[in-house]
Parts: sequence; structure tokens; C-alpha cells
Amino acid sequence: MIKPEKYQALGLTDSNYQKIEQILGREPSSTELAMFSVEWSEHCGYSSSKKYLKLFPQKGKYETLVGEDSGGIMVDDLAIIFKMESHNHPSQVEPKQGAATGVGGIIRDIFTAGARPIASLDSLRFGPLSDPYNRYLLHGVVDGIAFYGNCLGVPTVGGEVYFDESYSGNCLVNAMSIGICRKNQVARARATGIGNSIMYVGSSTGRDGIGGASILASAEFQEGEEKRPTVQIGDPFTEKCLIEATLEALSTGYIVGIKDMGAAGLTCSTSEMASAGGVGIEVDLNLVPRREEGMEPWEIMMSESQERMLVCVKAGHEKEINKIFEKWDLHGVVIGQVNNSGIVTIKDNDQIVAEMPAKALTEPEIFDLPYERPAYLDEVNKLDIKTIPVPKDLNEVLLKLLASPTIANKSWIYEQYDHMVQTNTCVLPGSDAAVLRIKGYEWAIAAATDCNSRYCYLNPYRGAQIAVAEAARNLVCSGADPAAVTDCLNFGNPNKPDRYYYFKNCVEGIVDACKFFQTAVVSGNVSFYNENPKGAINPTPTIGMIGILDSLDNRMTSYFKNEGDAIILLGETREEIGGSEYLKVIHDLVKGDAPELILEKEKNLHSMMLEAIKSGLINSAHDCSEGGLAVALSECCIANNDKKLGAQITELGVNIRADALLFGESQSRIIISCREQNASKIEELAQKLSVPCQIIGEVSGNRLKILNLIDLPLDEIEKNWRLNV
Amino acid sequence: MVVFPGSNCDQDCFHAVSKVVGQPTEYIWHKDTKLDHFDCLIIPGGFSYGDYLRTGAIARFSPIMKSVIDYANSGGLVIGICNGFQILLEAGLLPGAMLRNKNLHFICKYVTLKVENTNTPFTSKYQKGQIVRIPIAHNEGNYYIDEDGLKELRKNDQIIFRYHGENPNGAVDDIAGIINKKGNVLGMMPHPERSSEIELGSVDGRPVFESIVGWLGS
Repeated sequence: MIKPEKYQALGLTDSNYQKIEQILGREPSSTELAMFSVEWSEHCGYSSSKKYLKLFPQKGKYETLVGEDSGGIMVDDLAIIFKMESHNHPSQVEPKQGAATGVGGIIRDIFTAGARPIASLDSLRFGPLSDPYNRYLLHGVVDGIAFYGNCLGVPTVGGEVYFDESYSGNCLVNAMSIGICRKNQVARARATGIGNSIMYVGSSTGRDGIGGASILASAEFQEGEEKRPTVQIGDPFTEKCLIEATLEALSTGYIVGIKDMGAAGLTCSTSEMASAGGVGIEVDLNLVPRREEGMEPWEIMMSESQERMLVCVKAGHEKEINKIFEKWDLHGVVIGQVNNSGIVTIKDNDQIVAEMPAKALTEPEIFDLPYERPAYLDEVNKLDIKTIPVPKDLNEVLLKLLASPTIANKSWIYEQYDHMVQTNTCVLPGSDAAVLRIKGYEWAIAAATDCNSRYCYLNPYRGAQIAVAEAARNLVCSGADPAAVTDCLNFGNPNKPDRYYYFKNCVEGIVDACKFFQTAVVSGNVSFYNENPKGAINPTPTIGMIGILDSLDNRMTSYFKNEGDAIILLGETREEIGGSEYLKVIHDLVKGDAPELILEKEKNLHSMMLEAIKSGLINSAHDCSEGGLAVALSECCIANNDKKLGAQITELGVNIRADALLFGESQSRIIISCREQNASKIEELAQKLSVPCQIIGEVSGNRLKILNLIDLPLDEIEKNWRLNV
Repeated sequence: MVVFPGSNCDQDCFHAVSKVVGQPTEYIWHKDTKLDHFDCLIIPGGFSYGDYLRTGAIARFSPIMKSVIDYANSGGLVIGICNGFQILLEAGLLPGAMLRNKNLHFICKYVTLKVENTNTPFTSKYQKGQIVRIPIAHNEGNYYIDEDGLKELRKNDQIIFRYHGENPNGAVDDIAGIINKKGNVLGMMPHPERSSEIELGSVDGRPVFESIVGWLGS
């Protein structure tokens, strides 16, 4: 008789356990119990989220491919595969290894699809830097990303870093990776062909990471708990060899299916490959390469040792595959076969230690969880702007905002990442989006990540839509047409109805915005249980978006180029300060509603921008986001290290409060600069596409002057803007 | 193009030499040892053997390195870029050693360099004293050599590139690249292959490859 404590320690509930007995018609073995516990965990099984994830549009303006572990779009004869994934709890517990293995895991998802990884982006969130533990986390996470990504030779080209109290005790590390391959070379994560061999390739199996998916990722942190042993340890050198060996092996044509052993290791890869292929798999654990003595079968099945893959190989070609992995000093051994039983059979020598239907493992119960609008939201959404005094010294406000770690320049971080290796990065980090060329093609890729979680906290539906709109706007400012989306949905405990309310509404916001922009959601990841003893994190549905430039020549950067150029503001500035960085930093308030967003207006702005860029009319384009117009203008002046240019803003046209004018975060606005003679053409184009457009000043001198409100030398602006950790 | 497990700039250098300057190029696996038919060896950047133990310290014992040393000793052109430079130091083909960057972080960014000596097979297409923009990307680029060694380098005009303006990593005498006494082995920390095409923001690295082509053709 299995005691409740035993399955509960593995993260299984009483009803889970009863279901398992029902499926098997008997008591499960320890190995079976362990396998169910990881496969049915929230992290692998998506029980609490599947109902809403089904709503994401899988079709958009580009042909899509939605695979088992990742997805992508087709352009020309190429597939662009991309995905974002969280590694939050491991990073909170052990920042360097947590972040490093997060990068390693997402990159494996890309090359197991047959694609060579060409770039990574990272969206990071921490508590305030005034707390030394948060500084330790930031240092550790950046160090981990650099340690792993740099060694692999995959450039880290972009991302974002936010700071907010809600992430104290539960930081977020969302890693995104992009790869490319020929359309007809996309690999699938399934086992097919009765009699084909199941091979284990890569590094050996140890006791590291046991319970990573079920214990660490699928529960809240409790105070004083020791979870370090559940974090995996990464070896980027092995992964680099694994990338080269895997791509070489895939090019032989002898591999019919391949899956990363990431979360839940051998359990996940065997059961999901069998289930996806509609077959059975029998493996012998005795053949699994191990790095530790005396491992129990359940330990081998649950280990999350890194840099390992499971491969289904055409019978008779095992030697060729083995040879390739041996060349790279990696394991490549047959551990089992495909059969037609639909059963996953795990043997240890001659003894069967687990035997259960693959589909039962991979299709856990789907929950329809209750949700409820949090009672505090009514109060939080109330903001009487009249009670907020307009500060006297607006120069000081601007300098304070520029120094706010969320807004400040992140070169201290991205200069620790190799962002140039592979020699494709044609717009370097520090602009609105990274632009990557594809050697041999005229078109190019842009990529950005975005999410303002404060907006999502105030208004989850609109906040999530803004995340989509802003990611798209960043791409458009770089000259790219927004093409498709991956997401990483970070939320609190789904069993608490107020947390689930946020999840449901954010997903619906993304669904509607993506349908509107015709940007399919091709892949993604859900991370629940992001809580600390004080409460949940801000709802954070991070959006990763890919855009396509017809021609690399259309790439655009954010900063001013020439003295004398006209500065134009596209879009409308309203009296909105709710949820702004200004309200938080200067008045210490998180109140009001997220800024208004009208998708139609946003789309018009995108069309207009892309046409203006293609016509060669503009010299720079920068999105207005956190910190509003004044911060965006500052960045236009100083973002180019080699050439800083001042600006004189003489006309802003609207009659609203000075703080809202300068620091309000009205959506759908872009600052562009152009040759003076092109300004009227831009005005015509804007009128044609119903985009509000106004010439507001010119690029000149070495100061930023905005009406009679702001007057600062660029040196002082820059000094405040450099993030100093 | 010598490839060790963990090399990661091999394909970039291959692209620069084969596509940008249009020269026939081959990859050479680190277990191969026949090098006689090559005009020039490039040891590209990366993390050979994960840079475990010490950068370049394991690669130096790879089967190919004995052949590389013989090749260099018989006058063949060898250029080591970044990790390649570190390997050449470990192999004793160039004097000195690498320490960690003075800020103890990996640094990836454009730097400005001064070309100090153009009388070499690798730099003849530059102007003496030319200021160029070429990116760096390394953890251990803080070049160190003792007083006597430095005197020797200066005396023989072996310092080829110096950091100009900011010294990013703390290297002795702002050294970014050196050549051996004989003049056929160059090591440099900056990446010329990352600055050989205008799309990437700079073409200041291309003359390194063009100089080699010119020297071999003359």
C-alpha cells in the first residue's frame, strides 16, 4: 500500500493518485509513480492552462508551423523556429546555473527541431536593486546567461530588464531562442516506425535536477525551504558539441524523431515521443550512460541532467549515428526500440520497472479553474489626477526617471553577452529591436520581447494587448513587419481565483491582439506559482515577437543621425499617467488604469511607418514607452555611443498637464527624424493613413530642450542613464 | 580554418575569407595533422574545450597543434583570433599570457585600435597609425608580458595593434595584437571577421584578410 506522504512528496494529489490506480488497474511502482508525478505536473502537463492556451491563433499572415516542442514561420525556403521559456524558480534558487540551464534548454528546443540557433533574447525581472539579494540575483543571472550563451556561439541580441517589488523573492528569467533551417528539414519530436531504434545521445545521467519540473516549477516557494539540489548544472561546451553533432546527425536523414531531455528528462522524452507517434517504446535503463553509481530506476527516469537527447533512428543506421556523436566525444547508444503497443515499458536489465500507456502519461486531466476579479482592483484603478501635484523641477524628474533601473541603459548587461558572433547582427542591442541578416538572402529578421507587467496588474486584458502592440511597434521601428509570436506566461498560483483571473484575461488580451495583427502564436510556455510569501508577482505575459524585413537595407535604428534633421511625433499624447513609471518613481504610486490602446490606430501607425521606411524618408524611429516622450527623446539623443546629438523641441501642440505631456505613457506613439525636405512627404503619408503627425522640433546642439520645461546638457542626461549596479 | 570542439567563430571566419575576400577555404578538424598544402592557417575564436582549466590550455595539446607548430616554424602564415590568440600563447608560438579582463566580466563591444606596424603579411593594406573600429568579445584579453619581454616586443616592432583611447581589458601597453619575431604568426584579440562587411557596421577588419591575400599573391 502506497502511503499518501509518498505521492504527496512528489507533488501528486489524492485525486491524481486515485486516477493513476484506475488507469493501471493496480498500485503503481515507485518508478511509475515518479513518472506520473513529473508528466502530470503543471510544468509538463499544462493542466491548469490548456483550456485557454487552445484559444491562441495558430495561423496568421505568414505560413506557420506548430511543432511538439517549438514552432515557427516559413519564409522563402526557410523555416524560422522560435520559442520562449521560463526558468524562474531555478534562477531564484541558484541564479547562475538557473539562468544558464534556462538558456541551454531553450536552445535545445530549437536545434532538436533541426534548426541552427542564430540568436537568443532574455526577458528578466527582479525586485529593487536596493536589496542586496536582488543585486546578487541580477549579477548571477547575467553571469549565467553570459557563461552559457557566449560559449555556445549563439549571440544574445536583445531582451529587456524590469525591476519591481513584486519580483522580490521570485525573479523571472524568460529566455527566447531563434533558429533557422530549410523548410523540408524541420525535425519532429515523435517516435515512428515499428522496430526503429531509440538512442540516447549527449551527456551522461546523474542525480542532478531530480524533481525540477514537479517540485520546483510547480509549487510556490515556502519560507526556509531548501530547493537547491533540484537545480540542474549546465555545461555549455558539451551543449556546443551536441548542437554540432545533432545537426550533423539530422542531415543524414536517418533520424525520424528527436526530443530534448529537458524538464522531466527521460520520462518526458520517452512518453511524449511515443504518444506523439502513436506507438509504444521499450527502453532498458541498464544501457543508459550514467555518471553516478547506484542510481535507482526512478532516479534515472526523473533526472534532469542537461545536454541529453532521445533520438528515434531508422533501424540499421544506428552505427552511422553513433559515429557522429563519438566524433564529438558524446554518448550515442541504443537503449530501446519502437513497438506497436502504445505502452511505455521501462526495464532495468530483465525486470520491468514501469509499464503504462503513453497517452495516459501525456494527457493529464484538464482543469476548468475558477477565477474572480480581485476586490482591490476597483480601489487601485481609481486615480484622481488632480490630487497628484505637478513637480516644479521637471529637469530633475527626467534625470530621476532616466536613472530608474527599468529605464536606464542596459549596456552593462548586454556588453557581457556576445551579441555579434555568427556575424549576422546588423542592428546591435540598444535600439528598439535587433535585426539579423540571413546570409544568402535579401530579407532579414527582427526580434523583440516586451511586457509592461504594471499595466497587466492594473488591467490584465489591455496590459497584455499593450505587450503585443509594443513588441510589434518595436519591430516596426526597426523596419520589420510583425510576423509571429511566442509567449512566456508568468503568473501566480492558478488555484487562487484572483491569480487565475489575471491569467485568463491576459491570455484573452493576447488572443485578440494577435488575431487583429494576424500574428500567429506559434509556441510558448506557462509558468505558474510565481509567488513569494507576500503575494503573487505582477502578471507577466512576456511577448516575444519576430518580424520580417523585405530587405536588410530597410533596417532602422532608434537614435538621431544628423544635425538639422526634423523631429516628428507620430500618434496622440493624452493626459494619461496611470500605471506610468513616472507615477511610480516620483509619486510612489501604482494606481489608475493602463493607457488606452486602440488596435486600429496602432495598426495604421505600423503601416505608415513601414511605408515611410521603405520609401527612404526617415533617418531614425523610436517607440515611446516607459518614461514617455521626454525619456524617448533623451534616448534618441544619446543611444548612439559614437555620435550624440541634441534636440530642440519647440512645439507639442496639446494642452495637457506638463507631467502627462512629458512623462505620460500614451500608446501608439513613435518619434522619427528625417531630412527637413522629407517632412512634408511624411505628413502627407500620415494623413493618408490617418496617423496623427506633428513636426515638433529639430536635431541640434548638445542639449535636450523641450519647450520651456526641460533644458539639460546631454552629458548630464547620459550620466544618469547608465545603469550602475 | 582549424576547428576544435568548442570553436565558435570558425564559420564566421570561413564566411569572411571565402565569401567576402573570395579565397578557397577549408575546415581542418583538430584530429587532422596534414597541413602542407595550405597557404595560411586561421585559428578562429570560441571556447575550445569549453576554455576549461585555462583558455587555450587544452587545445594546445590537440593532435593538430604539433603540426601547426611545425607549419609555423617552417615559415607558414598563422593567424590566431581571440581564442586562437590564446591558443598560440599557450603553444609558445607567441610570447606572453592572457589574464582575465580587469573588470572581471566578458566584454563584447566595438573598440578603436591603432595599427602600429604595417610591414607584415597581415597588415600591409592598412596605413601606419591608422585608427580602426573592430569589435572585441572575450573574458581573458588582458595581455601580460614581463618588462624584458615587452622591451623585446617594442624593439622588434612586434606590437601590431594597440587599443586607442580606452583600454578595455587592462592589457599591458594597450596591446591588442602581436606578431612573432619572424613575422609569420599573428595573434589578435579583436575580431576582424566581425568587421569585414558594411552591413555589420564596419569594414575595418577586412584589410587583415586582404593583406594576407596580397602577400601570398606577390
